[in-house]
Amino acid sequence: MNIWDILSYAAWIGAGLFLLWIVVDAIKVSITYDEDLLMSSREGLDELDPDQARSQARGNSHAK
Amino acid sequence: MQNNTTTADSGTHMNMLKVLTPFHVWALGVGIVLVGEFMGWNFSVAKGGAYGALIACWVIGLLYSCVAMIDSEVTSTVAAAGGQYTQAKHIVGPLMAFNVGLYLVMAYTMLEAADALIVGDLMVAAAATFGHVGLDPKPFVVLTIAFLAWLNYRGVFTTLSLNFVITMIAFASILVLFIAVEPTSPGTVLKHNELLTDLPYGWIGVVASLQFGMWYYLGIEGTCQAAEEVRSAGRSIPLGTMGGMMTLLIAATLTWYICTGLLPWQYLGQAFTPLYDAASILGSTKLQVLLFVATMFAAIASANGCINDAARAWFSMGRDSYMPSFFGAIHPVYRTPYRAIIFLVPIAVSFAFTGLLDQVITFSILSGLLGYTFMSLNVIKFRKMWPLGSIHRGYVHPFHPLPAYTLLALCSTTYFATFLGYGSSLLSILAFYIVASIWFTVRRYKFVKRGEQFTMSWPRPKGF
Repeated sequence: MNIWDILSYAAWIGAGLFLLWIVVDAIKVSITYDEDLLMSSREGLDELDPDQARSQARGNSHAK
Repeated sequence: MQNNTTTADSGTHMNMLKVLTPFHVWALGVGIVLVGEFMGWNFSVAKGGAYGALIACWVIGLLYSCVAMIDSEVTSTVAAAGGQYTQAKHIVGPLMAFNVGLYLVMAYTMLEAADALIVGDLMVAAAATFGHVGLDPKPFVVLTIAFLAWLNYRGVFTTLSLNFVITMIAFASILVLFIAVEPTSPGTVLKHNELLTDLPYGWIGVVASLQFGMWYYLGIEGTCQAAEEVRSAGRSIPLGTMGGMMTLLIAATLTWYICTGLLPWQYLGQAFTPLYDAASILGSTKLQVLLFVATMFAAIASANGCINDAARAWFSMGRDSYMPSFFGAIHPVYRTPYRAIIFLVPIAVSFAFTGLLDQVITFSILSGLLGYTFMSLNVIKFRKMWPLGSIHRGYVHPFHPLPAYTLLALCSTTYFATFLGYGSSLLSILAFYIVASIWFTVRRYKFVKRGEQFTMSWPRPKGF
């Protein structure tokens, strides 16, 4: 087995781990959080609810 | 459910984070496109010769400049994920919105698959260089898609920050190569005098080359998918998109200048990695390594941006129930459209496993072209329904309706060019969208949230 064979196996394993991680996380989120909350995104929040948009923007800047 | 989680009942919405700047918008647009400078554009040389490819570069550059200007105006007003899909929903109607949404998802997912295929092929080429022939590209294709899906899943800021870095490196490599060929001393390294010929197939060859001229810029319109996540859509989208278009015009012209001065048009027209080949001719190992890494980075940046854009288009269609509303969910921690990202992974892998790079790219280009045709008609309707001054615009594009009519004329010419080379593909793709439209009208439209989908607090449109 040469370096390229090892790289191929490593790539399969890496790809599997990344995909497994996001699928497991997505299942955990669906179990943990209310579906209505996950689906509560609204287009045009700036115009619909300027107060929340402003507070969200403030939260983002603090988070950074 | 967690006690410390805010519920939807309290009036708080789970929205995407507004964290992006004009630099991220630039990275998204240029990141998707720049791979076209490293490969693909040169097929226009096979159709129209070196000068034909230059004409295609600038004519299609004009097409995309119109796209960038029009897109900047409409997106700075309709600042929502989904981009052109959302524009079509607000300005034209549901059937057009469904089709445009489908164009976007198909164009970006197919381009993502093609980019992953390129990464796999580059690994195969690298292995062959070191004496290992017959390396299987599939694990590297899947790893590329899986890693980038994971990155996109975990947040848009990191995703597009990475895109900014690797896209800058890829762009810088073109500048370094340009300096290396001593452009101030024509004839020393570059041999344009010897290599440039008349149009080998006449003007019909130039028209045929337009289809491949799209590789220089295909995907710059993807910047508007970031509209819901930028801090200021009215400023960031026009700045990022126009800046991106200027970058691409420079990169495209430099790429043509370098390659046509080093490689005969007969070779250039069928080369797989023309910029890398140009670097190889110079005999510098450092330049070869730089261009190999840059080609890899450009393909990864493109796939990364495509995942971002396809997922947001699919998410937006889910949010309005144009597709199952299950896909309209936002991750509570990372604030990304996580279900849409996961859903598109197996589709991209399936396209990539076909190995049909030509067909996958042609489908992607034609889906993009259908989208640009829509944009020209859309902006005319937009200006009629909401004239200047009736609603706030972050950017107003000049000389309206000249860019719209120019875009429409150039799209029509490019359809003809595509028909010359890929007539059956063009017709089968049109048939696909017609069947999809019938399905939407008969089976899906009844689920669409007709009242809730119009969110902009605009005045009643003129004439309604």
